[in-house]
Parts: sequence; structure tokens; C-alpha cells
Amino acid sequence: MFLTISTTGAPEHPATDLGHLLHKHPDNAQAFSTSYGTAHVLYPEASAERCTAALLLEVDAVALVRRGKGKGRGGAPDAALAQYVNDRPYAASSLLAVALSSVFSSAMKGVCRTRPELPGRPLPLRIEVPALPARGGADLVRALFEPLGWTVDAEPVPLDTAFPDWGDSRYVRLVLEGEQRIADALRHLYVLLPVLDDAKHYWVSSDEVDKLLRAGEGWLPDHPEQKLITSRYLSRRWSLTRQAMERLELVRLAETDDSAVEEIDNAVEEVEEVEEVEEAEGAERTGTDDGRTDAAEEPVPLAVRRREAIVAVLRDAGAARVLDLGCGQGQLVQALLKDVRFTEIVGVDVSMRALAVASRRLKLDRMGERQAGRVRLVQGSLAYTDKRLKGYDAAVLSEVVEHLDLPRLPALEYAVFGAARPRTVIVTTPNVEYNVRWGTLPAGHVRHSDHRFEWTREEFGNWAGTVAGRHGYGVEFVPVGPDDPEVGPPTQMAVFTLGTGTGTDTGTSATTTTARNTKEEKAA
Amino acid sequence: MTESESENESGTGTDTGTGTGSRVRTLPVTDLSLVVLIGASGSGKSTFARKHFRPTEVISSDFCRGLVADDENDQSASGDAFDVLHYIAGKRLAAGRRTVVDATNVQQESRRQLVELARKHDVLPIAVVLDVPEEVCAARNAARADRADMPRRVVRRHIRELRRSLRGLEREGFRKVHVLRGAEEAEAAEVRTEKRYNDLTHLTGPFDIIGDVHGCSSELESLLGKLGYADGVHPAGRTAVFVGDLVDRGPDSPGVLRRVMSMVASGDALCVPGNHENKYGRHLKGRKVRHTHGLAETVEQMAGESEEFRQRVREFIDGLVSHYVLDGGRLVVCHAGLPEKYHGRTSGRVRSHALYGETTGETDEFGLPVRYPWAEDYRGRAAVVYGHTPVPEATWLNNTICLDTGAVFGGKLTALRYPERELVDVPAERVWYEPVRPLASEAPGGHEGRPLDLADVHGRRVVETRHAGRVSVREENAAAALEVMSRFAVDPRLMPYLPPTMAPTATSRVDTRGGAADELFLEHPAEAFEQYRADGVARVVCEEKHMGSRAVALVCRDEGTARDRFGAAGVTGALYTRTGRPFFPDSSPDSSPESAEGSAEGVSLTERILGRVRDAVTEAGLWEELGTDWVLLDAELLPWSLKASGLLRSQYAAVGAAAGAVFPGALAALEGAAARGVDVGDLLVRQRERAADAAAFTDAYRRYCWPTSGLEGVRLAPFQILAVQGRSLAGVPHDEQLALIDRLVTADASGLLATTRRLYVDTGDPDSVRAGVDWWLEMTGRGGEGMVVKPLGALVRSAQGRLVQPGIKCRGREYLRIIYGPEYTRPENLDRLRSRSLNHKRSLALREYALGLEALDRLADGEPLWRVHEAVFGVLALESEPVDPRL
Repeated sequence: MFLTISTTGAPEHPATDLGHLLHKHPDNAQAFSTSYGTAHVLYPEASAERCTAALLLEVDAVALVRRGKGKGRGGAPDAALAQYVNDRPYAASSLLAVALSSVFSSAMKGVCRTRPELPGRPLPLRIEVPALPARGGADLVRALFEPLGWTVDAEPVPLDTAFPDWGDSRYVRLVLEGEQRIADALRHLYVLLPVLDDAKHYWVSSDEVDKLLRAGEGWLPDHPEQKLITSRYLSRRWSLTRQAMERLELVRLAETDDSAVEEIDNAVEEVEEVEEVEEAEGAERTGTDDGRTDAAEEPVPLAVRRREAIVAVLRDAGAARVLDLGCGQGQLVQALLKDVRFTEIVGVDVSMRALAVASRRLKLDRMGERQAGRVRLVQGSLAYTDKRLKGYDAAVLSEVVEHLDLPRLPALEYAVFGAARPRTVIVTTPNVEYNVRWGTLPAGHVRHSDHRFEWTREEFGNWAGTVAGRHGYGVEFVPVGPDDPEVGPPTQMAVFTLGTGTGTDTGTSATTTTARNTKEEKAA
Repeated sequence: MTESESENESGTGTDTGTGTGSRVRTLPVTDLSLVVLIGASGSGKSTFARKHFRPTEVISSDFCRGLVADDENDQSASGDAFDVLHYIAGKRLAAGRRTVVDATNVQQESRRQLVELARKHDVLPIAVVLDVPEEVCAARNAARADRADMPRRVVRRHIRELRRSLRGLEREGFRKVHVLRGAEEAEAAEVRTEKRYNDLTHLTGPFDIIGDVHGCSSELESLLGKLGYADGVHPAGRTAVFVGDLVDRGPDSPGVLRRVMSMVASGDALCVPGNHENKYGRHLKGRKVRHTHGLAETVEQMAGESEEFRQRVREFIDGLVSHYVLDGGRLVVCHAGLPEKYHGRTSGRVRSHALYGETTGETDEFGLPVRYPWAEDYRGRAAVVYGHTPVPEATWLNNTICLDTGAVFGGKLTALRYPERELVDVPAERVWYEPVRPLASEAPGGHEGRPLDLADVHGRRVVETRHAGRVSVREENAAAALEVMSRFAVDPRLMPYLPPTMAPTATSRVDTRGGAADELFLEHPAEAFEQYRADGVARVVCEEKHMGSRAVALVCRDEGTARDRFGAAGVTGALYTRTGRPFFPDSSPDSSPESAEGSAEGVSLTERILGRVRDAVTEAGLWEELGTDWVLLDAELLPWSLKASGLLRSQYAAVGAAAGAVFPGALAALEGAAARGVDVGDLLVRQRERAADAAAFTDAYRRYCWPTSGLEGVRLAPFQILAVQGRSLAGVPHDEQLALIDRLVTADASGLLATTRRLYVDTGDPDSVRAGVDWWLEMTGRGGEGMVVKPLGALVRSAQGRLVQPGIKCRGREYLRIIYGPEYTRPENLDRLRSRSLNHKRSLALREYALGLEALDRLADGEPLWRVHEAVFGVLALESEPVDPRL
């Protein structure tokens, strides 16, 4: 909510020219009413040698929250999203950028009626932003401003000095120095403040997003981080549309528990656009969410291989009516739709957001009747038995079991193998032994933040053997992905078939697999 | 089975008049039946119907023809007209209303449809035939303008068809056939409305309803004695009601029959038939039945009885009515349970249902039929008391209860006192007969019970609660709860309760501006005391809020208890948040050592906390005193930073950090400008105040944060024992509760348990109220979170009979900065914030409270897991209702 712009001068070029450039007289304190509060411009110093203009935006936090209750534009869509405890009154956020553009609109356009020659002249500028929210940290701040000719000093602000182990906050104290035209400096700030802002929910309306893009003319196209800047705009625009489908019920449940909604509404990756890239990199891992993409490691994404393996097993099993239990964003459903032998495909997920994304991905609302008749997406939970799931040829649990706490796994086992009892059940799950082969995965880390566990081949084998024996299924194991001689494949798959083995038989087959694995390990 | 299809409720038979008209015929017509008038055009059906039935009871085909075709005589509209007639009749019968069909009904096909309709709605089809001579009919038609041109042959055909039908009416399915011969007899006849045999609504008891006896004569005598009967008579005039299965398997079926028959004969008992009586009755009638399931024993024992006794038994069994509706419709007794739509109905299907229950068609691993769980769907007003299926304990489920506690299998013989709803039982003297399948365990937690089904929780639902009636859950809220419950919650078997939300006190009007304190309040306890006074609550307790995280702790005495009572293996309980999430990520019993971070010697943090509480309970002697092996505690877990650290860092500390970073520069700039002589107005003063507000905010949240390591620094402050074995303690007054809690805290040697300070206030005494306010001011002045004011009596109703709020929170002035933002105390902010609506929050708090109480009651009653879970899930779902989250 606060920044200063300083310049230095000499008697022939007095620093106080800044007042002409900004169209604000250095000897007055002026107030401007903006959509989000009152903006004040004043000059703590104004001499020929040195002149500093300060912009202070008094954000009305109460109005910000209450605005959301009405239908007015630019408001948060629901009171539940808006917090009275909010950094908006203090941090140099997108709100400050909006205030900047309205208070200094002429300066930003490079217009100065009284001294037309001034705007075209670069000045030695020093800009201080004491609390800049910077998603991506000081490094990103430098990466954004340095290519524009600024000398950047970005110092992280600690979260709370009383609790040093909490580390740094997302704010930096930013000082920019450089010879710049004032209009360019303002437009840099106007575009990059929101880019760095880490707001969860946006108060800026979509036409302002377009304005931000226009402000990038002249410098944005050649900026080395142009892709990131643009992608953050796009994700911002996506967030604007997303507000409409925000799961407010989950927001409230998170608040009940004093936790952030991201902690529980995390069934769908936040950054949808980069998903394909993430898949290429190994779909499990949480992508770096600043939009920067790492180089692909594998030619064929593992997720694609997994789907191919699943579809192959389903074809072999002659399954026509298939359940995708834990369908997520519907990638497997999409793959199954391409083969007409799958006459009925039911995607089940407990996350309504996942189902909404899946429905969008499949374009269910525009799908032809014949094809749409083959597919259904329903909310369900494998913690409960479900009569709707009875009587199917096959059920797929692809990368699902590891998202359950172990004590709750027996309920899933019963719901699938005891109650639904499809003829074929396919379960895939990460092989934790393979994790050492993921270069970018720190040792001891699971592949996805929501993985409650990851199994070795032996652990998976034992589990599958026990489940199969208990419920009258036979089980076979199929590697997915490159089968590393030492640590096995990245994904392990178990194919359960009803009535092909007694308890003892499946026990043996599990043991056999384990034995084979052990042998391979020894050989390696 | 053919035998069971026959319905004893009404004597079937054709009542044919003499045709002489010499006597007045009285036609008995059951109060709930489908009366089909049969007669030619002009035979006087409409006149007869008008005379003997209420106008709304009668539907005529002519009228329906008029409805669909604007012409009562438009024969081309007959098809549609009868569709309408059947539709209306169906609606009336479904609602339990007698219906008279006024149409010629001379063709078998039209009658067949009506008999089918009656059967579909389980009412008696009754035929009333008006056999009037052709001349009379023709003359009447001729006298009516609209039928004057009806050809004579039509009437002739009608009469020909009617005559042809007469003999077959009973075979067609009519349970009573009244034939009135001649116009005179038809005109003179009277209709007498009869009650159904099963309708004993006029009997109000009190009753002692006794479960399946199965020849356990000695146990029966003991139970009757325990119930206060002397030689089959109760001195207070109570009536015994037997749910059937008096015979078979046990040692003395004749003795049981003798006792019951004599009590029924003397009016001291009622009895409905069980499937075993039914089968034995068929045997006595000479039918071939297999002497299995204990019938052989009965036959053998009865062989020693006289022929005369066997004859009386045969008549007794023959006269038994499938079920009874008693006490003004509030009580239904039958052998195998009965869905509401069959109550008071009369059909072969109802009788079969009452005797055998409904099966799914499957058989279980013991080869026995799998019974459809009708009681789970039951939502009726009448209590249904039944037997038939042996269970270890008689427990209420949706206002139904099964009293067969397997006396003959070595269980016990159980009676229900009604309307007291007390259970009285005597143990079996021995195992008289080996059961094919072990008595099913219905322990809470569903160790062997049926698993949770999505249909128990999904979609829009209504949960019946005993304290606040029906509580609705909307679909979108259930959907959100499903996600959280499935992905994040602890095992539902270990989560028999979730705490309700709590409303804050009414917004304060206290304004001490200009006074010594010079403070404005958003919340102030004066309003809370006043609200309770207005609700008629004289005495309240103020309990200090700890600013921890709400925690529910289920603490079992040992793993065995957790397994037997809650069906969970490898743990001794659970510790979870307001949304059912575990506090510590290590609560998995199977978790490998590397995932159980912070554990010592392989014991999870959760188990270590449970262990300390357990030790305190043991030390305080509460296991014995409360007669339990487990306790369910409502508590706060401290520090707040333990659970909320993510939120603290991302939101609270971040705001403090941003404010701390920005104000020094902003203030310096303003001071600089002011020093230059620029008029900065009150801007500088205001920014200084805002900076101070921000610093106060940081101070506010810091009070609730401190570092912990393992269990070091962790405190648990219990404030209520919610439930113990067989009992909900939600109604125990708070002073008694706190006395128990204090003993726990004292007994805790580990330093885990924290005491909850409290003050008692008389809401009607100004001095006491002032003391309460001062206590709060003192506590919150030091930065305390605030307090909760609760009615001392815990579960309290207002004079109007409504539940009063179980607690009202009064949050401290400084604490509220965390909720409403650092600057909320600024007058311009506070004025706006005071316009907050509490209605939804209060209603939500009461609905969640009722659901929580319901969960505890269901747990105490030993109801199956899904019933407890239904209420718990409801609390979670309601938490996602759109209500101002800052309240």
C-alpha cells in the first residue's frame, strides 16, 4: 500500500521536476478516491538535489470484504473468500498497481502538458517498495526487473521475528535503482506488481487484466521472462473464471478447521495449463507452480504408459462396462471413450472439482448423444459401499490407493472387492523403490504431496495377495514403465480376476512375484 | 406358503339375501376397504352409495366420464374415465381411506382391475351386488332424461353378465360378497362399518411386550414375575403382548401355550402369531410340514397333551391376527417387523410380511435367508416392536426394536415396558437349542455390523433427531462433507461425534467511549447473560477459552476395548479435529517408523496423548465410577500453532510481516512531509494508530503460538465428558462435568492436561453478572481469547420447549483482531461490523448441536455404526453451510 519514487537532480535539472512529471505538486498532500480506498500522494522531501514522491493507499479492508456480499463488480464473490485479516492494506499488491494507474495516469502515458520535454528524458530513479508480495521470491524479483535495466535490491522480510524458525515471509523489501523514463518505470510497476502478487483471490476485474497486458507494450515482448509473465496473466484470468465454480463448501470446511482451503481442496492440480508438461516430467510430482517448466526427462510420459497398460488389460479381459474409481480429471475416461468396445464408462471421484474439470475436459455438454450415452461421471467414495457400482465388468483404481490413509484402506477393499465385485480389478500405484531414479525428487520424498504412503513391490504384493485371497480373486502383477533391473518399474500394477484363484493360490502367486523381485535384486 | 396367504383378519364369505325382502339386511363393511358396487344400469348403485357412504368416499364412473369428456354418457371416453377412477381410488387407498366404486362392474375384467388395485394397497376388496330386475332398471333409466334413449338390450346384457358373475365373485378375490336381491331389499339394506381385526388403537396399555419365547416356559414365568405378574395377572392392570414364536425348539412349548392362551382368554394378554405357530397350526390341521427348526420338539411335547388341548391350541392359532395397531396408532406389534405402509392393512402380503419379514432372496454363509433391513428405511410415527431375528441386545433403531434376544439359544428373554420404553430381561437358564448361526453382533462401530453405505450419507438427507426433530442436509453440503470425510477424516468407527459450531454473543452495544476504559466492544458478555436470562436460564457457567484447537478424544482402556466396542484394530482411540481430521499425521497403526515422524519408541504421538489421558482416567478411578471402558472427551488442544501453523504463516504472520515492513517507511515519509510544512491533516495520526493496531494484532496471535517438540509443550484442556459406555453425558450439568474433569487434571502426572477456569453466574443477579463481566474483562485484558457461557444444566429447553443455545462465546477484544482484522476496533470499522446477522449462525449451532446429541444418544443406545455416522456426517455437512465464518 506504499511506495516511494525518488530522483536526484542539480540546479539546472532540479529533482522537483518529478512533481511536473507526476502532475502532483510537491508542496501539497493530495488525496484521490479509488475503488479500493483513498490514495494519498505526498513528498517527504523536495529539493533541487533530491525529491521523493510517496504513494500511500489506505485500503478499506472492511469495505473490501463487505463489497463481496453485493453484486458489484470487482468484489470477492463470497464473504467466505474474503478475509478481514488480509495483507491488502499493507502489501504492495495489485490494488496498489490499480491505484498507481489512476493517480498517475498521465505520467504513465508519458504526457506532461506544462513541460512536454520532460517525459522523454530518463531520470536517475530510486523506487522503494517496502512490502512487496513476491511469489517466486527475491530471485524472481531480480529476474523480472533486471532485464529492464534496474539495479535490484530485494531483501526477504522475515515472517515473525519472535519465531525465527518460521522463516521468511513471501514479502520482500524492494529497492530499484536505474536511469529510466518515469512512464516506463510506472508501467513496469503496474504490470509486475500484480505478477509478483500472491493473492489467492482477486479483486481486480477482468478488464483491468486486459489493461495490464496493454501496459506491457514496448517492453514485455522482448522480456526474457515474457512467458512467465503472460502465463501468470492467463492463470489469473483462469482464476477469475474459476471464482464462479469455487467450492465454497470446502472453503468453509477448511475454515472450520483453521486451515487453508488448498489443504483439502487439492484433488486437482492448481495449474491446469501446465499439466501436460508435468505429465512429461512424471505426472506424480507436484509441479513447480510458478509456471516455469523444467525440461522433459522421458520421451513417453509415464501417465500415458499407465493408461496404455490399463486399456490393454481391459481389452484382454473383454471388459465392456468399466468403472474408473478415482477418475480425477478424466484422462483415462477419455482414453476409454476412444474404443467403442467400452460400452459403459463410469468415472467416479469424491472430488466435485475433479468431476467438474473432467466434465470440461471431456466436453460432455457438447458430446454427441451416442458417445455421451457411454459415459457418466458421478461423485462417490470408496470409504462407503455403493450399490451403484455393482455389476460392472471391471474397475480401475489408477493411482488411488496411495491417497488414502492406511487405516482407511480396508474400507476401500471391502467397497471394491467385497461389495462392488467387478470381474476384473486393476490397481496401479507408485513403486517407491523407483523414486531413487527420479533425479529431481529429493530422497525420502513421496511423489505427490497428497500421497499418504508409497509401497515397495513387496509391500504391494503382500497387500494385493491378502486382498485377493480374502475376496476370492486371483492376482497378477504387471510392470508399467521401464522395468529397472534393480528397483523395478516406476508404476506397479496388479490385475485381480474374480474366481481365478483360491486364497492359497493367490498367496502363492504373490509370493512368487516377491521371490522373483528378490532374485532380480540379487542379480542386479 | 399357501396357508400363510390366507388372511384370518376377516371371515370370507358370500352373504346372499333371500330375495324375499322380508328382513332388513345389515351389510358389514370394513372401515378400510375397496367397495365395488355391481349392478346393471339403473339398478340404484348411485342411490345406494349416496345413502350409505360419505360423498367423498364414492367415485362414480359417470362422474369420471364427465371429467374427461364433458359428458357422463360418452361411452367412447370410458377408457380414460376408468384410468382416472383407478388413479383416484389408488390415491385414496394409499392414504388409508375407504373407497366405493360406483360403476356397473358387471364384467369380470373391470372387477379384476379393482381387486388388483385393492391388493396393491393391501385393503379388502368387498363386493356389493344389486341384483335388481330388468324391468325396474329399464323403468328408472327411462325416467332419466340423459338415459331415456338407452336401448333395453344394454340393461339386459348387464343383467345377463351380472348373473353369470355371481358365483365366481369370491374366487375373483372379493373377501366379502353381499348380494342384495330385488329393489326392496336393496333399498332396505343397512351398512355397518366394522373395524379391522388388527385395529386395537383404542387400547392404550400400559403394555409389557415380550419377545420370542420358543418353549422356554421357565424363563417366561421368571420374566412375568419380574414384570410383576402373578399367575398371569398384573395387579396394575397391565397387558402382556406376545410377539409370537411361542413354540418350537425349547423344552416346554405346551406350558408356554397354556400360559399365553389363558392370559389371552382372560384379557390379560394379546398375542400375534409367529412363523413357528403358523407352521405348527398347519401341522395341527393335518398339512404336511417338515419337522425342522424345532417343530419336532413341539410335536413330541404336545403328544403328551390331551386331544382337547390340541384342539384348543389349533383354534387359538387359527384366531391369531397378524399384527396389532395399538395406543392410538402409536404402537405396532408384530412378529417379524412391518414397514409403515402395511400398518393396519389387510392382505395376504401383509400377513406374510408380518410373519416372515422380507428377505432379499439371497442366503448367507449359513444357508439362512438374508433379511431385508427394513428397519433402516423405517421413518414411521408408530413404534414397531417385533421379534423373529435373534440379536444379542434389544436396541432401538428408527423407532423400531427387536425383542428376540435368543432365549432358547442361551441368550435372554426380553420384555419392553410400554410406554415407559424400559427393557426387562431374564437370562436363559441354559442353551436349549444350538443356533445355526451365532447371534449377530451389533456392537457400535459395527465390528461385525454392516459397513457404511454411501446411501447413508449421500445427497439431500433428513436426519431424525430426538431433540430437534428433523434436520435437513442439503446435497451440496453433503457432497463437500463426503470429500472431507473420505479423504481426510479418521476412521468413522473411531469418530462417534463431531462438535457443533457455537454462536457468538449478540453484538455488543456496550460503548464506554468517554468513560474510563474508552473502549468499543463488538462482543461483550453482558449480552450473553441477558440472552440466557431471557431464555429462562437462571444459572450459567463461564468457561475460559484456551485458544487452542477444538479436539475430540476417544480414549479406550486398551486395544481390546477399541476392537470390541469400536471395531478398530491396533489403536486405543482417536484424537481428531472439528472436521474429523487427525491432529497428528502418525495416527496410522500400520505406519512404518519412517513415516511416523516425532514418534518415540515407535509409539505415535496420538497414542502417547491417549496414553496420558488413559492414565489420568485410571488414576482418578473413573473407569469404575462411570462403569465404562472408554470415554469420549470434548477438549481444546494447545497451542493453536500446533494445528494451525499453515494458516498462521500464510495468513496471520504474513499480515503482521507486511504491516511491520511497511509502516516504518510510511510513517517516516509522512513525518518528513509534515516537517517540510506540508499539511498532512490527520493522515499521520491515523497511520500511527494503524501501525499500533497492526502491532497489537501481531501480539494477539503470538500469544497462541509456542514451539512444541513431540509432546513437549502440548496441552490438552478437556471440558466435558461426552459419553461413556451406554450413556450420553451431554445432559450432565456442567458443574458436575467440571468436577469430573478437575479430578482428571489432578490425577494427570504427565502435565498434559490443563484445567479450565470457570465462574458461575446468576443471570438474574446484577452483582453476579457484574462479577462475570469483570472476570471476562480481566481475562481478555491480559490477552485471553475469551470465554464460553453455558447453561449450568447443559441440555436446557426454554419455556416454549425449544432447545436453548448450549453455549455462547464471548471473544476478547484483542483476540477479535485475529478474526476481524487488525483495525477492526477503529470506530468507523466497528460501526459497520456491528451490523452482523446472527440468525443463521444461531440456527446452525442448534441444528448441529441436535445432530451431535443424536450421535451420542445413538452411540449410547448401541445403535449400528451407520446410524451414529449419519448424525456425525450431518454435523460436518452443515459446517459447510454459507454462514459468516467470522461468527
